[in-house]
This record gives sequence, C-alpha cells and structure tokens, in this order.
Amino acid sequence: MARNIIQKIWDEHVVVSKEGFPDVFAIDLHLIHEVTSPQAFEMLREKGLKFHAVGRAVATVDHNVSTAVNRKVATDAGSQKQIMMLRNNCTEFGVKLLDMDSGKQGIVHVIGPELGLTQPGITVVCGDSHTSTHGAFGALAFGIGTTEVGHVMATGCLLQEKPKTMRVNFVGNMGKGVTAKDLILKLIAQIGVAGARGHVIEYCGEVMSRLSMEERMTICNMSIECGARAGLISPDEVTFEYLQGRECVPKGKKWVEAIQYWSSLVSDKDAEYDSVVEMNIAEMAPMVTWGFNPEQGIEITGEIPRDADIQALDYVRLKAGQRIEEVPVDYVFIGSCTNARLSDLREAADIFRGRKVANGVIVYVVPGSEEVRAAAIREGLDKVFVDAGTDFRNPGCSMCLAMNEDKVPEGKRCASTSNRNFVGRQGKGAITHLMSPIMAAAAAVTGKITDVRKLIK
Amino acid sequence: MQEIIKSKIVPLPRADIDTDLIIPADFLTTTSKKGLGEHVFARLRIMEANFPFNLEKYHGARILVTKKNFGCGSSREHAAWALRDWGIEIVIAPSFADIFFNNAMKNGILPIVLEEKIVNEIFAAGDCEIEVNVAAQKVILPSGEVANFQIDPYRKECLLKGMDDLDYLVSRMAEIERFDKRHSKNMFFDTTVL
Repeated sequence: MARNIIQKIWDEHVVVSKEGFPDVFAIDLHLIHEVTSPQAFEMLREKGLKFHAVGRAVATVDHNVSTAVNRKVATDAGSQKQIMMLRNNCTEFGVKLLDMDSGKQGIVHVIGPELGLTQPGITVVCGDSHTSTHGAFGALAFGIGTTEVGHVMATGCLLQEKPKTMRVNFVGNMGKGVTAKDLILKLIAQIGVAGARGHVIEYCGEVMSRLSMEERMTICNMSIECGARAGLISPDEVTFEYLQGRECVPKGKKWVEAIQYWSSLVSDKDAEYDSVVEMNIAEMAPMVTWGFNPEQGIEITGEIPRDADIQALDYVRLKAGQRIEEVPVDYVFIGSCTNARLSDLREAADIFRGRKVANGVIVYVVPGSEEVRAAAIREGLDKVFVDAGTDFRNPGCSMCLAMNEDKVPEGKRCASTSNRNFVGRQGKGAITHLMSPIMAAAAAVTGKITDVRKLIK
Repeated sequence: MQEIIKSKIVPLPRADIDTDLIIPADFLTTTSKKGLGEHVFARLRIMEANFPFNLEKYHGARILVTKKNFGCGSSREHAAWALRDWGIEIVIAPSFADIFFNNAMKNGILPIVLEEKIVNEIFAAGDCEIEVNVAAQKVILPSGEVANFQIDPYRKECLLKGMDDLDYLVSRMAEIERFDKRHSKNMFFDTTVL
C-alpha cells in the first residue's frame, strides 16, 4: 500500500502494537532542557529506574539562562536552582550536557540541527512544543509533557496513538520581502490555531525544494501553532548538503548508507492523507499578527478584520478596521527557535546596515546558539547590530517566553520574530506582533510596523 | 479517580485557552509538581476581577467547563499540575489541544469532549452541578439529560485504577531491547563525539 513519509517513519518506530493498548513507540533522539526535566529525573530516582539510552539524549540550558553579554548563569534563584539541578542530574545519569560557555550551548531546537544530531527518518522529542522544528529534516519530531519526558528517559519509548496526516501544498513562488515565516503565519491564519489538531503535517510544493534548511526549520517550528502534533518536510539534496560534515554526522561508508536510507523517506506517489490544504503564496505580502493568538494574522497591507474578537482588540489596544502598518512599537525582539539562526541574523543585518534604531525603541538581537553568535561575529554582523543601536546578546530563549529577565514591560508593544503572541507571553501585559526577521528589523529602524519591501531595493 | 464525580462547575466560556494563560512562564521555575494551584490563570485573575477562579462561589469545584481547543500552545505539564492542584479533576470542552489532553490524563484529570451545543447548554444553565460517571462514560447535565462521552479503554483503566503508562512500558522492556538492536541500523547520529 502506498504510504506517505509520516506513515513510513511511524511504521519504522512501532515497537509493540497490542489490542486495547496504545502503541509502544520508539524515540531515537531525546533533547533535554532545564525547565521541563527536574520532575522527570526525580521520577527515575523515585522508581529506582535507570536512564535507558544516554547515547540518544543530549541536554542544554536555554529557557531561563541569562542572555546578558557578561552573563552569570541566571539572575533569579529559581532559575539558578533549575540549572544546577540539570547539571547534577546529567552528571548522576551520565547525560551529555552542552552547558553555557561550552561553545555549543543554545536553544535546543537550534543546536540539534547545528550539531547534525537531527537527521532524516528519526523520531525526536523534547519537553517543548517547538520540537516540531526538527521536522525540517524529514524527522518525526514533537513536544511532550514532563511525565512523558520521564517515560523516554526510562524506556526510550512512549505510548502513542497513530496520528492523522495532512498535506499542505504551497502553490507558487515567494515574492520580494516574503519569507518562510510569512508562509507559516499565512497558513496559521488560513486554517486557524486548531486547524491541524490531531494531525502531522507534510509541507509540500515546488517552493519547498528551493528553501534552505533554516527556512524549512522556521516553517516546521510553528506547526504547533495551528495545532499540529508535528510538521515535516521530505529530505532532499539540500538536507544532505546541510548535514554533511557536521559534528554528529557519520563519514565514509556510514555516510553512504545514511544517504541511501534517507533517500527512501519520500511519500509514495499515490500516498493518501486524511486532509489536504492548498495555499497560494504567489501574490502574498509579508505577514503580521494583530491579536493575541497566532491565527490572528494579516498581510502588512491589510486591515484588522471588522469582526475581530473584542477581547483580543481590547488586550492589544487596537481597533477593528485599523491598518496594521504604522502602528508604533516600543520593543523589537529578533530571536527564538523560530528565527535565531545565522541566516535570520544575516537578513536582519541587511536591513540594519547603514541605518539606526528609531528613537526610544529597544531592540534585542538574541542569537540561537553560541555557535550562531560566534559565526555572526566572524562575519562582522555584531558590528552592524551594535552600530545600528541594537543590543546583541548571548543565546537563549529570552524574550520569546520571558522566563528570564528579558521581558517586555506592561502595556508596551513588541515586534517579535518569535512564535506566540499569547496574553502575557513576553511579560505581564506585553503586546506582541509576530513577523519575520526583516519585518522586525524594519520596525526597529522606523519605530513602527512597516512594510519591509519599502526598505529593500 | 473516583467512578462518579458530582460537583458544581467553574464556567470558563472562552475558546483557545493556551497553557501560557493557564500557568504563565513566571511559575515554571518550580522543581515540584505541587503548589501551582494558587497561580492557575494568574494573568487573567489579575486582569479580570470577576474571573471565575477569583470568585469564592467556585471554590471547591472539581469540574471546569470551557470552549474549543482548550490547552493549546506550550507543552508545559505545569498547566495540568496547576489545574489539578487547584482541585480540577474533569475538564469539559468541545475539543482539546493534543499535548494538554495527554498531560491531563497523566495527572488525574479527565478531559471530556462534548458537542459544542451541549457545552453551550451547560453555560446557559448558569451556576449548576454536574454529575460525571467515569465508569459508565456518562455526564448528567443540569437539565437532567444524559450525554455520553468517549474514552480510550486503556486510559480509562489507568485513571480509575491509578495505573501508570510507565508500568506498561517497563513490562515490555524485553521487546524494546530487541527493537533497539534491530532499529539501530537506521540511526546514524553519534552523540559520543560531543
């Protein structure tokens, strides 16, 4: 029977399928961070269980670390305790920890791909909903809660029900100023925050083959924002080229074997899906969210809908029918697992080069990893950011979820490259507008939400 | 979980409640599962004086009734821990986000999917009491009518008997180890170089 790539990866990982029980499903790569792991390690101790496969797990600190240039661990006692616990737990159970100043620390979804850990055909979990990022490599990757983090630690497996599958076809080519972030924001606006609930998405369309791995990661990253269990893209030459030579990727004979297996991970021609969505991207403009959930997004040239949700309008202090362009911003955040890779920083730097941050606007540029930061410095991007008047910081999740001291103050408005504009997400009472890195950079230099196409030659 | 839960409800007629709303990131530095109840819906409790979780009359309620796509967004299990710690054992909604649904089940909270029409009827009844028969998979509505709901038989047994997925997983360890050997040929990443 013809199968799609999701079904192929699923079938490969079913360990036990027994009537009356969910499937025992194998997890290949387990990424661990400080916030959603302490209670899971504690569960291993309470039950006297061993860590099943430390060779398939890697830990880092990202959610609550300080991103200050001369940083010390974390600023508050609770975060410091969590980081210390992760260090102790990794030592006790023998899990590799990529700690601060190792040169490899960073947002868990940035470092996995960067190190070559994320590979086609594998299953990846992390106690973080943006684990779907790794789907860019043709991996089945999804976020889990802490109890399940414990299950994977103890057995390398989870109990899972088979997901439904959805094919998303992007039709057409991206115009000037339109990025991968705009494609996914447009999809979420079209199908809604629960549009793909219960499904794993395969992103398709001719445009996919032309996207870089970084762009593919941005798309897969936000799969959860339309409710999907995961989102992935079939691996191809672009994937293999990205992986070749990375630290955790095999060489020689093993590499040849890998390519052979990975090349089989494409959907069969007649494969079926539980649902199919078409989205035309040819004529679209860059996207911006106006409200308090990610489906409340419009094109930069558009107006807030006349029938917009009153609670949302009230929270973001905007009016129905109002144009989104020229709404003034107080803060700009360029970072997060959605948009903090080197290509994102390069594109933002192209906007900042020769320009200054508008008066009164505070701009954080937070690289996704120590490696991204180092690479940006090697290219001189740090100088571009600093000359423009931004704050070029150390890596971490930072202002995306505002667990550390990087917060947007109450009532202030932020142009953000992150993934969620939920109530209070970037700080109590903070207002968030999601957009691409170049759109955020354009907002930074003009002081208001701006159509970046006006700044591109 | 008890077979029959009879309780007043907390009505929360709002769609797409995300887990950031249920428990904001400020409270995620805990290293325990306990004590988050006092912070449940912290942002909304500050923003809205009449938010149900602020009102004395709803204290002690064990059933939360809300709208579609409850628990979307972040995978933080702290959302389930916070609701359970506050006293919620049943959440009734027309739909739930996948990760929250799983997290709830693993923490003694039963998410019950009922048609939107029925959920709206519950809201229309105002402050009321509902009886949920978990064993029989029935909800006795304020009108006295009965609504049936679905629950996976394995999950139901786990909830009623306090069983844990981990016990089942550990019981399959021999098969897991055989699988690991067979499957390793298709795994090419190497963490030992790190």
